[in-house]
Amino acid sequence: MAERPLATRRSLAALLAAVFAFLYIPIGVLVALSFNEGGLPTAWTGFSVKWYGALLSNGDILSAAGNTLIVGAVSTLIATVLGTLLALGIETRRRKGRALEALVFAPMIIPDIVLAIALLSFFSLLKLPMGLHTIIVSHVVFNLAFVSAVVRARLKTFDWSVAEASLDLGASAFTTFRRVTLPLILPAVVAGALLAFTLSIDEFIIAFFTAGAGRSSVTLPMQIFAMIRFGVTPEINALATLVMIVSVTALTLSQRLNKGVIAP
Amino acid sequence: MTRPFLPLRTLIAGAALSLPAAPALADLVISNWDGYMAPDAVANFSAETGEPAEMVVHATNEEIMGKIIASGGEGFDVAFVSSPFAEVLNNLGLLEPIDADKVPNLANLYPEAANLSHDPGNGFSVPYAWGTTGLCYRSDLVSPEPASWNDLLHPAEAQAGKVTLLGTDRWLLAAGFLAHGYSVNETDQAKLDEVTADLIAAKKTMLAFDDTTFYSKLVSGEATLVHAWDGWCNYGIAENPDIKFVVPSEGSDLWVDTMVVLKASDNKDGAFKFINYILDAANHRWAAENILYKVPNQAAMDGLSPDLIAQFPNMGMTPADLLKLEQLRDVGDATRAYAKAVSAIKAAN
Amino acid sequence: MNASNARSTALMAPALAWLTALMVIPCGLILALGFFRRGIYGGIEYSFTLENFALLLDPLYAGIFLTSARIAGTATLIAVVIGYAAAYAIAAAPRHRQPLLLFLAVLPFWSNYLIRTYAWIVLLNREGLITQFLRMMGYEGEPPSLLYTEGAVIVGLVYNYLPFVILACYAPLSRLNPELAEASRDLGASAFTTFRRVILPMTLHGIAAGAVFVFVLSIGNFITPALLGGGRFQMIGNLIYAQFLTANDWPFGAALSMALIAIMLGLLTLQAMAAEKGAGERREVLDG
Repeated sequence: MAERPLATRRSLAALLAAVFAFLYIPIGVLVALSFNEGGLPTAWTGFSVKWYGALLSNGDILSAAGNTLIVGAVSTLIATVLGTLLALGIETRRRKGRALEALVFAPMIIPDIVLAIALLSFFSLLKLPMGLHTIIVSHVVFNLAFVSAVVRARLKTFDWSVAEASLDLGASAFTTFRRVTLPLILPAVVAGALLAFTLSIDEFIIAFFTAGAGRSSVTLPMQIFAMIRFGVTPEINALATLVMIVSVTALTLSQRLNKGVIAP
Repeated sequence: MTRPFLPLRTLIAGAALSLPAAPALADLVISNWDGYMAPDAVANFSAETGEPAEMVVHATNEEIMGKIIASGGEGFDVAFVSSPFAEVLNNLGLLEPIDADKVPNLANLYPEAANLSHDPGNGFSVPYAWGTTGLCYRSDLVSPEPASWNDLLHPAEAQAGKVTLLGTDRWLLAAGFLAHGYSVNETDQAKLDEVTADLIAAKKTMLAFDDTTFYSKLVSGEATLVHAWDGWCNYGIAENPDIKFVVPSEGSDLWVDTMVVLKASDNKDGAFKFINYILDAANHRWAAENILYKVPNQAAMDGLSPDLIAQFPNMGMTPADLLKLEQLRDVGDATRAYAKAVSAIKAAN
Repeated sequence: MNASNARSTALMAPALAWLTALMVIPCGLILALGFFRRGIYGGIEYSFTLENFALLLDPLYAGIFLTSARIAGTATLIAVVIGYAAAYAIAAAPRHRQPLLLFLAVLPFWSNYLIRTYAWIVLLNREGLITQFLRMMGYEGEPPSLLYTEGAVIVGLVYNYLPFVILACYAPLSRLNPELAEASRDLGASAFTTFRRVILPMTLHGIAAGAVFVFVLSIGNFITPALLGGGRFQMIGNLIYAQFLTANDWPFGAALSMALIAIMLGLLTLQAMAAEKGAGERREVLDG
């Protein structure tokens, strides 16, 4: 935009600073409290990493973290393959019907509680024992939609004549995909996968409803919910800090690989 | 044209196969309220009996009921639920009858606890803890001391905005019923409507509905008077001796938290072993000392230290004291009317 | 052409099969459940009825829909005003700094939702950080309970969804041709008129996208009202949750879910219309 008067620029900067303060102070408070010896928000009693120690010796939290990583990794893997194929299929299609677009868009916008309850009813009607596997297949539903959205954005600027040239030169469709198309869209695929992973490790409502009985299907967000329900425990602050570091790292990587991916 | 995609399909199939299968149900799965059992109970049980077991937690009866009903009880072996909910599970045909021969320690229960109205003779449920609901308050901040349910629902000016109510259907409505002198199992719609209106009015002076953190709100001073189960009030008393518990003059409910075995359990013998383990006098006493709730186990309670009762007076309530109160029972189809009333209370402004 | 379409179909098939099996069929099942009766001990009685949908019109439940709409609407309005202003400020920053600013604005959105909500409990409770801060500043009166109020619920919703509004509004703002605004001012329009007649119409579709997103997610939310509202506020999400977990009335819960989906679809259609109209107006501004 055109150069603005200094006063305008200053007030815009002040506005932005206020918005960033609103966004970052609550998170910053948790991070700061996670290093508070006393653990409570009432008083700063000195710097300590003891809450991280307490966290790392809490078996329930560690097993929940392990489960979350399994859910995140497996659902991301499936969603990345399915979502990428879907994106390729849609973008090479001559006519994209509205119904198709809506179907692919729906998982991103459907209220979590509705999808969660639909899946719970579905699994219980089929008498399917629930567990980590039901959380995983449920997470694939929204993850594949996000992967395909990211890959499709990339494919929109993809020069299909390159692939055609490869085919003309006698390469098989698979060779063309592996040697030409995939390398070109790979950053978007990886970015989509990281995005899916971030969404999956943070997802609570669907996991809560589709989880099985034992500790073997308690994920980290479910554990966090239980901890919050039972009051303010300082370990949550440490846990929050670690979870944020993981999410932010995945997102930063994703952003590096593929500019603009943070737009869902 | 399809050949090139075969490897991808194989990949998808591979990914599908690599899904972890349903967890091997070797472990006995026990669902209980968080912190409602001695922390070492499950590990000690496994060590003693050689049965691998794990505990999962639920925050409310409703939560575990939803899970059990959705899954038909699949995956759970033992669940801890309050007696009205045990009645529902039994009516739904989800519970295994208690095999008394496999639970010899049933003999340790008080005779009163073996003949509770919801399940005389312990046919489908075994009582784990029992008690009542009342007012838990900061005696240093609340005066005069509260004595009536109306002191909770319509507190003095100084307490306004510093009161919490239990938010789950049965106990929230019980507070209203008791304030009006009705049964805690009232199903008459006109009385329910009257109580609903009163509880809506009570929202004006209420801080929040709280089923899990009310005692810490008392300790921090965020609240001064809360609607509480006797045992959880003791958690507050342990942290601050100014906190006191009182059963209001209108009386209160008798609640009984029970252990039930799911019909879907594939290790019912293990489940009975667990119940028997808990009912052992020393183990059940250890539970009472840890969770600060009364247990309906004569052998266990007889050995309780007098110091503990001095510190937490409600631990000294006898079965006779408790049985003077009206036991919460399943209200059948009125459950739906209760749920609607609670929605109306929570939605009102 | 047919071969290419066949290949496209084959590529899409696995994902579409997945979505069909785990989204379309389960949601269809929920729709069907809405037409059955609740059994006496919960469970489902398979006899056809419309009473679950009729119950949606009960003043209590209709009222909860309206309350939810009011809370979600207020949150949406606030998020749009703040988010649009922030997006405008980012779009006005030097170009090379914009990606970083945008990234920073969106970053909190990707940390755990529960944790972001929990942070507000720490800040707002009566003995929380805001009270501590007020006391430090010499405030001695009875501390206010900021938590468990409608305001707390709204703040929680705005906080959680603001980054999306910033993102949605930034896209059209950054593409705005500065010469248009200049031309408008050169022609004598005031800054406000320029904003209202030129900038706003050209960025309306961004606002609509952000607003629909915040509204849809807010109205279906049940965690924020539970944690920050102390159960004092019943929103549709809480009501649905209660039908499945407390009342054990799955058919009515199903009818509520369908109503929520209907609202969502209606709003998305409106947004699509706004987007098309916006595209038309942008052409008009550019061509006219």
